Amino acid sequence: MTLELRGITKRFGPLVANDRISLTVEEGEIHALLGENGAGKSTLMNVLYGLYQADEGEIVLDGVPMTFAGPGDAMAAGIGMVHQHFMLIPVFTVAENVMLGNESTGFAGKLDIDAARERVREISARFGFDVDPDALIETLPVGVQQRVEIIKALSRDARVLVFDEPTAVLTPQETDELMAIMRQLKESGTSIVFISHKLREVRAIADRITVIRRGAVVGESSPTATNAELAALMVGRPVELTVHKDPAKPGADALVVRDLQVTDATGHVHLDSISFSIATGEVLGVAGVQGNGQTELTEALLGLQAHVKGSIELDGHQLVGRSVRKVLDAGVGFIPEDRQADGLVEDFTLAENLMLNRSHGKPFVRFGTIRRKMLETFASEKLVEYDVRARGIESTAGQLSGGNQQKVVVARELSRDLRLLVAAQPTRGVDVGSIEFIHKQVVATRDSGVPVLLVSTELDEIAALSDRIMVLYRGKVIGIVPADTPRETLGLMMAGERPEGVVA
Amino acid sequence: MRRGKKGVPEQPETPESTPETPEAPEVPEPTAADDVVPEKEEGSPSQWQGVLREIAMGHALVSVLSVFLAVVVGSLMILLTDEDVRTAASYIGARPGDFFTAVQEAISGAYGALFRGAIYNSDAELFETKIRPITETLKYSGPLILAGLGVGLAFRAGLFNIGGRGQMLLAGAAAGWVAVSVDLPIALHLPLAVLAGALAGALWAGIAGVLKAKSGAHEVIVTIMLNYVGYYLVFYALSQQSWLQAPGSGNPKSEAMPESAILPKLLGDKFNLHLGFVMALVAVVFVWWLLNKSAMGFRFRAVGENPDAARASGINVGRTYTTVMLIAGALVGLAGVNQVLGTATSGVTVDLDAGIGFDAITVALLGRSRPLGILAAGILFGALKAGGFAMSASEGIPIEIVLVVQSLIVLFIAAPPLVRALFRLPKEATA
Repeated sequence: MTLELRGITKRFGPLVANDRISLTVEEGEIHALLGENGAGKSTLMNVLYGLYQADEGEIVLDGVPMTFAGPGDAMAAGIGMVHQHFMLIPVFTVAENVMLGNESTGFAGKLDIDAARERVREISARFGFDVDPDALIETLPVGVQQRVEIIKALSRDARVLVFDEPTAVLTPQETDELMAIMRQLKESGTSIVFISHKLREVRAIADRITVIRRGAVVGESSPTATNAELAALMVGRPVELTVHKDPAKPGADALVVRDLQVTDATGHVHLDSISFSIATGEVLGVAGVQGNGQTELTEALLGLQAHVKGSIELDGHQLVGRSVRKVLDAGVGFIPEDRQADGLVEDFTLAENLMLNRSHGKPFVRFGTIRRKMLETFASEKLVEYDVRARGIESTAGQLSGGNQQKVVVARELSRDLRLLVAAQPTRGVDVGSIEFIHKQVVATRDSGVPVLLVSTELDEIAALSDRIMVLYRGKVIGIVPADTPRETLGLMMAGERPEGVVA
Repeated sequence: MRRGKKGVPEQPETPESTPETPEAPEVPEPTAADDVVPEKEEGSPSQWQGVLREIAMGHALVSVLSVFLAVVVGSLMILLTDEDVRTAASYIGARPGDFFTAVQEAISGAYGALFRGAIYNSDAELFETKIRPITETLKYSGPLILAGLGVGLAFRAGLFNIGGRGQMLLAGAAAGWVAVSVDLPIALHLPLAVLAGALAGALWAGIAGVLKAKSGAHEVIVTIMLNYVGYYLVFYALSQQSWLQAPGSGNPKSEAMPESAILPKLLGDKFNLHLGFVMALVAVVFVWWLLNKSAMGFRFRAVGENPDAARASGINVGRTYTTVMLIAGALVGLAGVNQVLGTATSGVTVDLDAGIGFDAITVALLGRSRPLGILAAGILFGALKAGGFAMSASEGIPIEIVLVVQSLIVLFIAAPPLVRALFRLPKEATA
């Protein structure tokens, strides 16, 4: 099925989210829609899926102009969507989710669950999905949940499949598997729209690439284009993709972690007696597939974990057993992996967010009262210094794009007197321009003599910033290796293998 | 998948919430990566709390329109229950004029009486009698404001304090006990009694705060249950000669308050308005300062908006819950003190809260949990209370109409989408 979007324009009040966007997806083609967060990709797809009505323009399927009043119409016309937030009910089984919204019933409204089961089995078999129709969604890994979404779309005979940032939630292996599935779908004649801001993936899978920026198409490209070309198109200016940094000048060990063990309330072990140290002026990158203990490690360092054994010494002071506030006071800066959950209060102003972890005393609080003037001056300076694009310090954090939100967090943490920086996924969900900026800040922090612990699931980021790399697998340290270790070796280590010559 | 607000996938961003930076006109899409984080074990605000926050802190216009709608529906009820209107309606086809005259008379009669009862009685001859209604309104609004502040403050820290009744009862009993059992000059006796009441309210609410902090027990359940415990505790105390019961009496009631522990009248003996209203005004200023200027209030709000971020920022969330409940309880407690030592000084009874503990929730909701909003809402409810009596006495309109109007206000506030739809307010580019 050929999908054509002609001059789609969508406005929200004075804001033009989509400005006369046209694109064509041929049958059996993977068409990538590349753009930064906030460029208008999701809006466009919501227009296609009938969630929004376009103010101008039309959607044409196989030469027939269509109007979609809602997702139901879009589905009926053969458009399926795999959302970035799965539309699945966790306590339902796979089969129940697949038939949801499309239930076939028998006598007296009895659900025909067997037919749904059969449908799941059939589609699973066709694409080699290996999905059990009776498994509960909540018990499935994220990658498999995504397959259920795909099955759901296919079970309604979707001929055009839209994948909205599908790899954001996946591990590298799951990403590879997804790409294989997409190729298979393409072979079977399905047209695919692949929305992403990840250059590597787009180039690996797409047949054609349309780049949009600020709501408008700024160019078409082929997968043979270089990362730099695509990034420049996407951002609108040449972008530094490599991080320039001098060799590290490590000093004495500042952070020394010994036999750190973290368990949760149920006794499940998340970190199994790991030991490492970071010297002043050094970045230790923590690599690993998400969910192998990284979250617990950063939280344990900050004092957010309840069941911690072992020792965390910073400049000779024991941190284990201290409250979060005492840890912060000891000079630990923390960029949490989920800024919206743990880093910011979305309804607070930027000024308030910038003092979030300094409400107990100097310099912003005197006699229990917040010194507004001082805070406002400070906040205004930081917005400029950290290039936060916002209307002003009275904007709320929730109004900002992901990259600007992250810059607020970075500004807050780096403007304190740090003895250690813990940066967890500092550029996740952040636009290319902001990534560049944040990377420079991390390197500058290192160069000022502060030890940095960098956690990232993106191997590129780890490789670009780290001086040494520690690989975590199932809560254990597989090895600590030099930064120039080949990707393949790191990949093996992330899968739990310890190559020869690597010591844990 | 992570939390209420983001739970609805791909909820379109509202146009208002988009940044309007000249160089970056972007629609912030919820980015994929932002929503991938494993769920927290505890403390993450549930979807329910997101809804609660929306109800408790929604838009001011919604409050105003809710009042308006409630009054409209209330007016219809007045018409439906009015004899003349019903009679005229039976021959509306023959003489429609009669019907509309009757309607007009019923409505103007009702609201005229409400106005004369609540603000200014133009029918009275003496000036003092003319302005008496407004002082009554203020008298009634005092405890509503105090208790409303207690509920609203807890709201701001993400806690739903339903325990107003229990807190008022305990506070009233404690203040009454100090009033009748010690003998001091007024300069000491009154402050001591007030303090005892505030303290009792604080401790009673503090139980819910501590339990929430230590065990995660939900404050809604705990405060509701503490209402019962408090009620029967005070009832017991009032039935025991050795505790609070008036000597020689068989009724569950204490002695009348001694002169030295009574809140002084503000405008002389001709008016009932007493110092309790000033106490309420001071409390408004205090809570305003606390929430908007102080570091402690900053932490309250941070915990209320995002407990996870607060915890990661070194704020002790559990201690904050405890502190905020202590202060909230003290404020509600002052409402109880206001009743025992100001409005009904004939003695402590188990009815001293007079429904204020629950009305306070309405006041806090209508005032959007902001001190000045609560002040305005408290005065409005005080006026409804004062005027309701006049309406019922002079026009024969059942006093329940006022209660219905109050309840409808809550209903409309709790259903902002309904109000928005009725008035076609632009909000949320609904998909």
